Amino acid sequence: MRKRVVITGMGVCAPNGIDLQAFAGALETGKSGIRFYPELERLNFRCQIAGKPDIKKDYINNYFTSLEQRGLMASGLIYGVIAGVDAWRDAGLQPTEDETTDWESGVIFGTGILGIDKLREAIHLIDEGKVKRLGSTSVTQTMASGISAYLGGIIGAGNQVTTNSSACTTGTEGLFMAYERISSGKATRMLAGSCSDSGPYVWGGFDAMRILPRNFNNRPELASRPMSASASGFVPGSGAGALVLESLDSAISRNAKIYAEVLGGAVNCGGQRSGGSMTAPNKTAVQKCIREALRDSEIGAEEIDSINGHLTATAKDPVEIENWCKALEREKEDFPLINSFKSMVGHCLAAAGSIESVGAVLQLSNGLVYGNVNCEDPHPEILKWIHPSRIPQASVRKAPKIVAKASFGFGDVNACVIFKQYNS
Amino acid sequence: MSKEDRYQTLIGIIKPYLPDDISADSINRDSHLINELNINSANLVDIVLDVEDAFDITLENEEMDDMQTVGDALNIIESKVN
Repeated sequence: MRKRVVITGMGVCAPNGIDLQAFAGALETGKSGIRFYPELERLNFRCQIAGKPDIKKDYINNYFTSLEQRGLMASGLIYGVIAGVDAWRDAGLQPTEDETTDWESGVIFGTGILGIDKLREAIHLIDEGKVKRLGSTSVTQTMASGISAYLGGIIGAGNQVTTNSSACTTGTEGLFMAYERISSGKATRMLAGSCSDSGPYVWGGFDAMRILPRNFNNRPELASRPMSASASGFVPGSGAGALVLESLDSAISRNAKIYAEVLGGAVNCGGQRSGGSMTAPNKTAVQKCIREALRDSEIGAEEIDSINGHLTATAKDPVEIENWCKALEREKEDFPLINSFKSMVGHCLAAAGSIESVGAVLQLSNGLVYGNVNCEDPHPEILKWIHPSRIPQASVRKAPKIVAKASFGFGDVNACVIFKQYNS
Repeated sequence: MSKEDRYQTLIGIIKPYLPDDISADSINRDSHLINELNINSANLVDIVLDVEDAFDITLENEEMDDMQTVGDALNIIESKVN
């Protein structure tokens, strides 16, 4: 018998809001976090705009001691600790005392690459023959699991503490892994999330692949256009999202507030076969992943009220819509409302799944479906599948009961999680 | 910089690395950096870097190994700056 799993805390550090309240307000009003960065212009990037959390120096003091801040350059680590600590506090949980380890709490906090600016510093020092000058945190800021290690240490976690990495699927996959660990009875609560560094060294490779928009450098807020006919690539983003997953029994026993229930989900891979490749999805695999998530959640496709898609604003958006239609066997006016928060935060890469899951869950707890910005001209290939009314242009006060969230990533990997409104 | 100045500079370098339960007032020349001041051994490498920067000197591996107490550190610094 699987244990029921609920979400009792959330934290976020996103380009359009660096705490939960600001993020919720930004999603509701369609506030963009995409800005122009002169550094990218100077470095000859074609795409000189990006999404980056706006963190002031004194804000970091709430999360890192002055000693920890010395030589702290891993931006993803900073975002991840802010989101993770916020989520833990939001759940009404405290770090354990000095001599106490919380064996029932764990951390699954993913990333793509961590601390690339710190790594760059280290590479320069090493090449100059100054390896000794690296200091004591070069390793912990650049090991992928640095983020789960930091958070595990802060809260005193004694269950599984790990970092998953599956490109742009990372955040959603991690959330599902945390769900599985609790539902199978191996942990009582898990801090699940993901983070992604900011900056040219993370985003450069995508610019080189020519999959970022290059004609919006003077109009940053209009650049990220998921599902739009005028979409011309994804806007690179960064940040972190975090959710505290907990067994329903534990949440009830400590009288915790409950944002939503996680009904289940699925992860799979298309094997880079049947049209799938390193960078393109195998359609059969995507549809199978969505259907398996429904089966795992023991719900029918007709029960989905709203979809928070992966929808990055590349040529693959129409294919994603086709996949949802075929997997759910719903189309035209019968299709659920669908949105992509990437229109406001850009594509936050490894952090995308967790930041967007926080937004998807906020819809359930706040009773609305957030609107899409920059999609006043839906792509004609998308309109062959779904009615334009299914793509809300502004937030809709229509409380969804069940929301499906999916993320897809390089390597042909997929993840889908189903959230449900919780009524005690 | 006088000898006393150098001592105070060294104390200033060590202070940020002290755990919360160790007062800076408790530091003296005989204090053992790890055993008495409870400084995280990983942070010793950072203290060495701070010392090198503050006194514009370079510490060799053996000298770092010999740096057990505050007094040890001061002696090494004295030998280097003179």
